[in-house]
Amino acid sequence: MAEDGINSFMTGPDEQGRFGLFGGRFVSETLMPLILDLEERYEFAKTDPTFWAEMDWLWKHYVGRPSPLYFAERMTEHLGGAKVYMKRDELNHTGAHKINNVLGQIILARRMGKTRIIAETGAGQHGVATATVCAKFGLQCVVYMGAHDVERQAPNVFRMKLLGAEVIPVTSGRGTLKDAMNDALRDWVTNVRDTFYCIGTVAGPHPYPAMVRDFQSIIGKEVRWQMAEQEGEGRLPDTVIAAIGGGSNAMGLFYPFLDDPSVNIIGVEAGGKGVDDRMEHCASLTGGRPGVLHGNRTYLLQDPDGQILEGFSISAGLDYPGIGPEHAWLHDIGRAKYVSITDAEALEAFQLCCKLEGIIPALEPSHALAHVMKIAPDLPRDHIIVMNMCGRGDKDIFTVAKHLGQDMKV
Amino acid sequence: MTRIDDTFARLKAERKKAFVAYIMGGDPDVATSLAIMKGLPAAGVDVIELGMPFTDPMADGPTIQLAGQRSLEGGMTMDKTLRMVRDFRAGDSATPIVLMGYYNPIYSRGVDRFLTDAKAAGIDGLIVVDLPPEEDDELCIPAQAAGLNFIRLATPTTDAKRLPKVLQNTSGFVYYVSVTGITGAAAAVATDVAPEVARIKASTDLPVIVGFGISTPDQAKAIASVADGCVVGSAIVKDIGAKKPVAEVLANVAALAKGAHSA
Repeated sequence: MAEDGINSFMTGPDEQGRFGLFGGRFVSETLMPLILDLEERYEFAKTDPTFWAEMDWLWKHYVGRPSPLYFAERMTEHLGGAKVYMKRDELNHTGAHKINNVLGQIILARRMGKTRIIAETGAGQHGVATATVCAKFGLQCVVYMGAHDVERQAPNVFRMKLLGAEVIPVTSGRGTLKDAMNDALRDWVTNVRDTFYCIGTVAGPHPYPAMVRDFQSIIGKEVRWQMAEQEGEGRLPDTVIAAIGGGSNAMGLFYPFLDDPSVNIIGVEAGGKGVDDRMEHCASLTGGRPGVLHGNRTYLLQDPDGQILEGFSISAGLDYPGIGPEHAWLHDIGRAKYVSITDAEALEAFQLCCKLEGIIPALEPSHALAHVMKIAPDLPRDHIIVMNMCGRGDKDIFTVAKHLGQDMKV
Repeated sequence: MTRIDDTFARLKAERKKAFVAYIMGGDPDVATSLAIMKGLPAAGVDVIELGMPFTDPMADGPTIQLAGQRSLEGGMTMDKTLRMVRDFRAGDSATPIVLMGYYNPIYSRGVDRFLTDAKAAGIDGLIVVDLPPEEDDELCIPAQAAGLNFIRLATPTTDAKRLPKVLQNTSGFVYYVSVTGITGAAAAVATDVAPEVARIKASTDLPVIVGFGISTPDQAKAIASVADGCVVGSAIVKDIGAKKPVAEVLANVAALAKGAHSA
């Protein structure tokens, strides 16, 4: 492990952009020079103190970082076991962790002289974050969003428009998040000179998975010092838990703890209606197999002939048939454990969190919380769990009301 | 020597440009698709590019996306694509066939198994859009070892520094993508393409064929005249999508081929 500095879990990816078997650069030739250029510019920025100084200033004054590490006292009492902390990334500007990464990519895009930003979005959180930062810097912003998601996430579509972004409903394929990503890639391949593709998760061709992870790692880094502050010097969490669609909030929480063998790492995939042959879920690791899509090799939901299947989840933010390649690797080598939570379990956690903690969580972290509810009661009281409250639930109240059979108009 | 190498050697001796036609395997169904494929050589097609459908064709415009959807909705699989090639080969042992598509259906089958089956079916070359030279170990190297050509795309963004890398493990021919963009979008302009083709030809002895953005016999002529040949895809696929009779699809292909061959 980390002690000898050699067998670290934190050295990936390799020069080919691989985490073991996973990752890589599976893109068309037109895009290849662009991602090589991006890699070079990012490698430079990574070690440039002025880049991080700009990030730190904006994280503090624009985003509101550090986000609190909050001891969920009533939730802990209710569960009767492990001590439960919540990393409050839902308190960030725009209401989710997505902006951590967007800021980094947009500052990089500005340094590369790009004037037009494109992004894909599912639930709309990444789209809103991108539109927000583009507005702040006066950049043109185009967001691709599945036509189906445009319909069910109307408030976020309006937010993006207010922020000056152009939202393009994607009707190709089945009009979902993966199709939005396809159309964003088609835009990028057409507008190679002035356009920067701001990917919202730890997936895509190298260097995106590593770059997005590095920007999101602020989450785990803060947890380290906040835990020491609240629980005593040297105290680390015993378990860290986060929800996974593509996996950016999870990677951001997990990464700084990969070389701490005492820390259990658990990723929670969206189990939809249950992980079985019906394939009505988004659990790529527990219900998929390795394949190549959107520039990287990773676990994918696919049929026996290698055709990609649509995911299914109550949460639009987890509705993606793949997962970041670093998670695929952590899964295969066993450093992190991956489980799934059904829609029904997530809904129960959502309601409990509202009532016990006065926090309306997004449906995505409700999956993580549901797993906390499963394991905490059987753990000792000195066991510390940190779950990532990666987004707030305002956007989800309509979906939840519908599932609870309640009419919002009443 | 593959059928591709033989064909280009013959065309060179005849001082003729090559006409390459793309159709999507199984679009709109296997029987129609096979009937069209069988008619392509007589319509003047020198090399057939047969598309393997994929749910997520990132480099394709709406025309070919829809063709892939029609094909998949009709139940197309890799097995059926390979069977189509075998059926075609039963009546034509000379026309080169290049399979074109994306990596995942190949990876899913297993590279070794795919290559054995492809070779046995009578396939001569592969174009796999999402495998740049950086991923040559995946399929390119094993394909060449199995006796198949691996045809690479060069694009307007492939600069002088990168070109040798792109050409290194390419065989059969070089496919120059005339525009930055997706299939069936912007029109190719011969005056833009000519210097790019010259630049590539200065670095390789392989034929350079230009594709993307060619939809009329005049364009086919103009582009073929500044290269070793041209590819037409979306314009043919559009006819198939419009449910034109096979004879009409092939008549339009013949007109395009005539354009290219008159260059």
